[in-house]
Amino acid sequence: FKQINLSFRYTIMNFMDLDQRGKIQAYYIWIDGSGQGLRGKTKTMDGPIKSVDELPVWNFDGSSTDQSDGENSDVYLKPVAIFRDPFRRGDNILVMCECYTFDDKPHPTNKRSECLSVMDRVAEEHPWFGIEQEYTLYESDGITPLGWPVNGFPGPQGPYYCAVGAQNVFGRKVVEAHYRACMFAGIRIAGSNAEVMPSQWEYQVGPCEGIDMGDHLWVSRWILCRVAEEFNVVVSFDPKPKAGEWNGAGCHTNISTLKMRQDGGMAHIITAIEKMSHKQREHIEEYDPKKGEDNTRRLTGRHETASIEQFSYGVAHRGASIRIPRQCDNDGKGYFEDRRPASNCDPYSVTSRIVRTICDLD
Amino acid sequence: MDQISDGLDGKKNPFLDLDQDGEIMAMYIWIDGTGKQLRSKTRTLPYVKDPKLADMPVWDTDGRKTDVTMEQDEGEYSDIFLKPVAIFKDPFRRGDNILVLCETYSWDSPDLTKPHPTNKRALCAENMLKCAHEKPWFGIEQEYTMFDFTGKHPYGWPKNGYPGPQGPYYCGVGTDKVAGRKVVEAHYRACLYAGVKICGSNAEVMPSQWEYQVGPCLGIEMGDHLWISRWILNRVAEEFNIVISFDPKPIPGDWNGAGCHTNISTEVMRQEGGYDKIVEAIKLMEKKPMEHIIEYDPTGGDDNRRRLTGLHETASIDEFSWGVAHRGCSIRIPRSVADEKKGYFEDRRPSSNADPYSVTNRIVMTICLGQ
Repeated sequence: FKQINLSFRYTIMNFMDLDQRGKIQAYYIWIDGSGQGLRGKTKTMDGPIKSVDELPVWNFDGSSTDQSDGENSDVYLKPVAIFRDPFRRGDNILVMCECYTFDDKPHPTNKRSECLSVMDRVAEEHPWFGIEQEYTLYESDGITPLGWPVNGFPGPQGPYYCAVGAQNVFGRKVVEAHYRACMFAGIRIAGSNAEVMPSQWEYQVGPCEGIDMGDHLWVSRWILCRVAEEFNVVVSFDPKPKAGEWNGAGCHTNISTLKMRQDGGMAHIITAIEKMSHKQREHIEEYDPKKGEDNTRRLTGRHETASIEQFSYGVAHRGASIRIPRQCDNDGKGYFEDRRPASNCDPYSVTSRIVRTICDLD
Repeated sequence: MDQISDGLDGKKNPFLDLDQDGEIMAMYIWIDGTGKQLRSKTRTLPYVKDPKLADMPVWDTDGRKTDVTMEQDEGEYSDIFLKPVAIFKDPFRRGDNILVLCETYSWDSPDLTKPHPTNKRALCAENMLKCAHEKPWFGIEQEYTMFDFTGKHPYGWPKNGYPGPQGPYYCGVGTDKVAGRKVVEAHYRACLYAGVKICGSNAEVMPSQWEYQVGPCLGIEMGDHLWISRWILNRVAEEFNIVISFDPKPIPGDWNGAGCHTNISTEVMRQEGGYDKIVEAIKLMEKKPMEHIIEYDPTGGDDNRRRLTGLHETASIDEFSWGVAHRGCSIRIPRSVADEKKGYFEDRRPSSNADPYSVTNRIVMTICLGQ
């Protein structure tokens, strides 16, 4: 929705410093029925809130988010993690939630619940994750990538990756704002860079242990979409936003267990990868919200991807399903990178699936 | 109104910092003769620490100009008296300045014994006193739609067309999912500062439609807080050149309407075993569907007829129904209440432009006063 009036940016400042008289705003965030959309709403609470346990269970109209029927519409929201709100500041908070059904079971679209029980079972392995979230920025029409000529294309890929210069990068302000907002919020944002396709960017979140990976990544996505509202820009997590000679977008997932990080860890890394090599189909099904259908457009074997049909791995090989970084190969220990998850994957599904495979849970 | 620059372009008005020399500005606010519009004017008062209602003088206004006159009120009979009933802090003028909500009284009643015919608060306050021992709590979910400064085109909608169908907008985030969030943010903070019991907000199903909730309020408070929150919303939106519509069906067709779902409970409903009391109350309301419908919008039901169709999460205006967690019913019992066997229930019928005094009054008349 194109909102043209830039003076709003000043006008709003005349309200955001108003004293809240002991109250705070808690913004409850959840994942909707599509498995990739984020929703949220605000609740006034007495502040400050120091722990997620102080927050009440809430509910919403699931029939409006593809999560229930109108006749039995209430879906419950259970708070699971808090972050500071970088938009409202002060003591205001963002609250990540899990969805529960009317009879107190995890909602079918709630992938976190199972992920948490998986992570609890392997806690002594201390699984660490780092996810490289790629995404594409669009103009407010949602059709033209940011900065691209209308009804046309920029020059071919080459000059844009990690670039500088007005002819090479589009939307850096969104990226800058997002990074700072995440740091303020308490998200473990570890880095960012401009990507290969113009208007495409990446940021990395991690290292996060266990369930934290999913929580931090989902809230970082909400923050990104919210920041982009301020700039009238649309964020797309589609894994192949432009067909043709343009890169897709992924969520490369880096993993290690304690043993992999210790001396001699390379043997554990190889063992883990071999286990994953036997479950290509099972993993692909968890690596995008459509059981692989979205990733079919992206994992073609070209543009630094491996084909969706075949599992492969190699050191420093960006055309493989799994890559072992050169540094880890040199050190004989470290972590490995699964390059298959799509940019719109559910990190709870991804991390859970990986742990189940490499820790022999099923 | 054309969109002209006020020279500030959003920046703070430099005159608002000026010292007020021992005086405050009180913005007297009242509901006009249409029952839908708010009017206001300012007066200077001497500074008083923690102003109480007793410190607020009765004022008057020209009723002819605000539809608050009946035919016999022409000429010298046109004065309407404004009686202060609630005070809030002013989030626009800040400092010690205040907003003063008023009731209107007839020209022939300088002793303030005869409420003006369009004053719905007086009777409501009386009835709330009568059932005060039941401790009726209310929470209202106020929905509304943002329009651009012409007031004709929903804010952010494409010119010459429509946005994509409803689905992605409810509680959404993203430039392609919501329009006008800044107004919402500013309004929420302004209400918190003013002392309005705003308890939540969310983006609604139709794009450019929003909702905020006020409550829980005891008795007459509900109407006071809701009307002030509406004034604050309109006033905030002025700053953004956006027009707020409380029309219950602003866009015909496959687009949601806007309501003022009203949540109610009495003390016995909130206690153990309260569920039975809730069902009892709903059955009392079941006997008087049309008596309620008449009070649930300012036009005796005409406005609501466009909205309560049985589609778009409404029940048909002609049929009363109730159910647990059922959003297609007239009255809904939330799932959590059914589980805990106590709590409150939600009347989904009041329209977004309903008078909360009329609504809450009618409800207590039915469930507490047997009228």
